[in-house]
Amino acid sequence: MERGSIVRKILIANRGEIALRIIKTCREMGIETVAVYSDADKDLPFAKEATFAFNIGEPPVNKSYLKTDTILEIAKREKVDGIHPGYGFLSENASFARAVKNAGITFIGPDPETIEMMGDKIVSRKTMMEAGVPVVPGSGEGTSTLEEACKLADLMGYPVMLKASGGGGGIGMVRCENEQALAKSFDSTKTRAKAYFGSDEVFVEKYIQNARHVEIQVFGDNHGNIVHLFERDCSIQRRHQKVVEESPSPFLSEQTKQKMYETALTAAAAVQYKNAGTIEFIVDEEENFYFLEMNTRLQVEHPVTEQITGLDLVKWQLLAASGEKLPLSQNDIKQQGHSIEFRLYAEDPKTFLPSPGKLSMFEWVASPGVRVDYGYVSGTTVSPFYDPMVAKCIIHGETRLEAIEKAVQFFDELNLEGIKTNAPLFKEILKDEDFRKGNYSTAFLTEKAFAVK
Amino acid sequence: MREITSSMAGTVLNIMVEAGQEVTAGQEVLMLESMKMEIPVESEASGKVAEVKVNVGDFVNEGDILIVFE
Repeated sequence: MERGSIVRKILIANRGEIALRIIKTCREMGIETVAVYSDADKDLPFAKEATFAFNIGEPPVNKSYLKTDTILEIAKREKVDGIHPGYGFLSENASFARAVKNAGITFIGPDPETIEMMGDKIVSRKTMMEAGVPVVPGSGEGTSTLEEACKLADLMGYPVMLKASGGGGGIGMVRCENEQALAKSFDSTKTRAKAYFGSDEVFVEKYIQNARHVEIQVFGDNHGNIVHLFERDCSIQRRHQKVVEESPSPFLSEQTKQKMYETALTAAAAVQYKNAGTIEFIVDEEENFYFLEMNTRLQVEHPVTEQITGLDLVKWQLLAASGEKLPLSQNDIKQQGHSIEFRLYAEDPKTFLPSPGKLSMFEWVASPGVRVDYGYVSGTTVSPFYDPMVAKCIIHGETRLEAIEKAVQFFDELNLEGIKTNAPLFKEILKDEDFRKGNYSTAFLTEKAFAVK
Repeated sequence: MREITSSMAGTVLNIMVEAGQEVTAGQEVLMLESMKMEIPVESEASGKVAEVKVNVGDFVNEGDILIVFE
């Protein structure tokens, strides 16, 4: 089958909450699902809820979820029409997307060329600059020597961020206050980049003080239509990884938002974007915004957008992959109310160190406006092999204040035992005056006393 | 102390010491990656490294020996 054929049976090359979330939409659409799981995940809901499920190996990711040949073999044997990569794992792996396509199966995502281009931070910066999209002042080229990095850092002024070109997910970046710090981190960042992303190319970028991290959800089809689905403010982070996301942003003016939507559409059009994608921007205190990167997949935090628009983004992905036009035009896409997502992690709420183990109890009170996308249920084990996310708790209210109050009640009533989680951190955040006023930047958790690092 | 063992399963991201090197208590000797987090491994005591049992990129389980002291 070629790209654009109707999808009736798909393989989900992922695990946990996102695999389960995809299964739910497929079920509503009458699409059969094939789950693949590692030894560690055999008891998880996604492996049980899929129409078909196959064990693909041992727990470490390179022996299971990254085994492209095994996954493709199963896809062919089971005669699926499409493969949904979820997020992480193979979702932004251009050669996997290409192999799927070459096997005659629809890759539920953008074209392999787009993934390739946006996956390289240096190439994506250049592409965006050429399209007239503002980017963070930076080297624009990879730097191979410390001397070169120092020279560039001097030009843009400290502090700077030293980043791995092939990096992502908050790993492989270091903030450097001065030349000594840059010198100290240079070699280790290169080593880490090599070990983690297979390339030791790094670059320096201006560090923007008191920045906010705001992203725009975009969506494209095979007919050249591209729309945006508003913003998500993802500034509450620990170790450069998102913890809380919300929409609308409590900080941006209407005028800036409109400008960001337009810029995101320009950016997406510059790469003829198809399917779900996200343009991430850094916003400074004066509401100047700069392109950071484009994520060529469904985001972890996509439910925030679904709750304010009433749309099912996985359904849109499946329709777009089937060659259909986007269900709505820009003017028909409305936002309503306010939604906040909390990423419930198996980790120490103060040190943020992982806390895997058996989740002996996990129950919450269901009520209007409360959505929980979970990967684990009571009695299952959070293994140390994958990310620490137990569930995403998405709370919707008519106003931001209402969403906050509902969230307070949700975490008060949450019954979770067996492992440490960051639920106590959310209670602190929800009480915090600055958070309640919407007055926060990416430094929020570092500056607050209720978190250690 | 004769050895340093891993406190959790993860991938070895970086090794900061080599055989023959003197380390002090509290010194970071190794960086693990587990559950998408970088986890520094510190030496609990001072001593001289006899052997580093792992390589960058290796997957280690909880309790595996990482570094042996003389």
